[in-house]
Amino acid sequence: MLDDFMVRAALAAVGLAVACAPLGCFVVWRRMAYFGDATAHAALLGVALSLAWSLPLFGAVIVVALAMAALVAGLSGRQSVDTALGVLSHGALAAGLVAVSFVQGVRTDLNAYLFGDILSVTRADLALIWAGAAAVVALVAWRWSALLLSTLSPEMAVADGIRPRAEQWVLNIALALVVAAGIRIVGALLVSAFLIIPAAAARPLSRSPEAMAVATALIGAAAGLGGLGAAFRLDTPTGPTIVCAAAAIFALAVLFAGGRRRAGA
Amino acid sequence: MSGGAAPLVTLSGVAVELGGQEILRDIDLSIRRGEIVTVVGPNGSGKTTLMRTIIGAVAPSRGQVTRAPGLRLSYVPQRLAVDPTMPMTLGRFMNLPRRRDAATIAAALDRAGLAGLERRPVTGLSGGQMQRALLARALLNDPELLILDEGTAGLDQPGVASFYARIEQVNADTGCAVLMVSHDLQIVMRASDHVVCLNRHICCEGTPETVSLSPAYRGLFGAAGAGSVALYRHHHDHSHDDGLPCAGHDEDAA
Repeated sequence: MLDDFMVRAALAAVGLAVACAPLGCFVVWRRMAYFGDATAHAALLGVALSLAWSLPLFGAVIVVALAMAALVAGLSGRQSVDTALGVLSHGALAAGLVAVSFVQGVRTDLNAYLFGDILSVTRADLALIWAGAAAVVALVAWRWSALLLSTLSPEMAVADGIRPRAEQWVLNIALALVVAAGIRIVGALLVSAFLIIPAAAARPLSRSPEAMAVATALIGAAAGLGGLGAAFRLDTPTGPTIVCAAAAIFALAVLFAGGRRRAGA
Repeated sequence: MSGGAAPLVTLSGVAVELGGQEILRDIDLSIRRGEIVTVVGPNGSGKTTLMRTIIGAVAPSRGQVTRAPGLRLSYVPQRLAVDPTMPMTLGRFMNLPRRRDAATIAAALDRAGLAGLERRPVTGLSGGQMQRALLARALLNDPELLILDEGTAGLDQPGVASFYARIEQVNADTGCAVLMVSHDLQIVMRASDHVVCLNRHICCEGTPETVSLSPAYRGLFGAAGAGSVALYRHHHDHSHDDGLPCAGHDEDAA
């Protein structure tokens, strides 16, 4: 069954949806969207490292993403974080593109790293994606309540013996894992879209944080499978088609919630 | 009060710098079991930073903060800004960070006048309901020290009065020490055992009477502030025969 590239692609998309769900919720709740962008763009530097020294892509991307997270964490708490993140995000993207151009013979392949190439996912990729997804879900589930309270009020969290800065690192590590898993599927430019859009679509349909995480996973999986199918039929690029599917579901969820509110339910 | 026991929290020679700016200096303060301590001070006097330092959310740049081993403390923030993207019901909020059984939560909400609102989103609560919910949650872990930062921000006068009545009740029933921050002088000082007047350093401290008569306090708050203590000590029968203006006072007392 795993011999079929479409089956592998479908499993990869569902794996990424599962990995993105709990983290995507926190990215939305904590307004870390730009942070997600910066980390994902930094992944391109990881690609360059991996190509130049024949390092494993997954590992190289994780290391670079964690370094970016450390840099951003060092900046947070100062003024104009937004501008600093903008500089880091686009600086990392540009530096990654330049670095990749130094490596011979990959210029033609760059699209695969920017927008993903889900149809070329191998069994080994699949194993890494699902291992990454399992690690992210386990990590975020373990710290779930502490993260929720840290998000609502760092002071209340500290009073309860929680260390919000340490909890932030749980999210940083999870983000690095998701970016590493996602770069093969939707690419460095669209990973953060896959983090944010399903979670945003799940919001109007959910009454509790836990329900929102589950709804995010389901919406992400539906977008992944729907986008894959649509891309196959319409012969469009797969990564962007998956993100379009997610955006379409978001629009439907917002319309549905608006309609329900008007109906007074 | 067990006066001889070791304090719950002691600050000695504490200074705090944030972003290269000194917010607090030379703070010596201790909170003993069962006492009610109120910190008053104008805006920007470092009240909230002092709270955050005592909780442990801010590290002092100088001096030491010592907490009793295993101290159970609860914090009631000024307000809870729940991002509209986070779905959060009152029942779920009460279970953060530890799950408790439904009966415990129901009883706590009942005492706070919020019975049956478990499924209500917290963003749909009124200011007064939210404040009572924050206090109810803070009391769930049976704190030895309850810290309230401007606990009555956004409440109307009857709301403020009943909020403080509830705090006094909790203090009397459970013996939990209370540390309050306020610029709401009117009612706060009435119940306090100890008042600390803060303006980046401790200007003066002592019983409500001592503080209200101290020149440093009058310097910060004027006669209106001093009058407000008398307002409660003397059951509204005082007169302002000192002839000083007392803007804001009449309006607040009305």
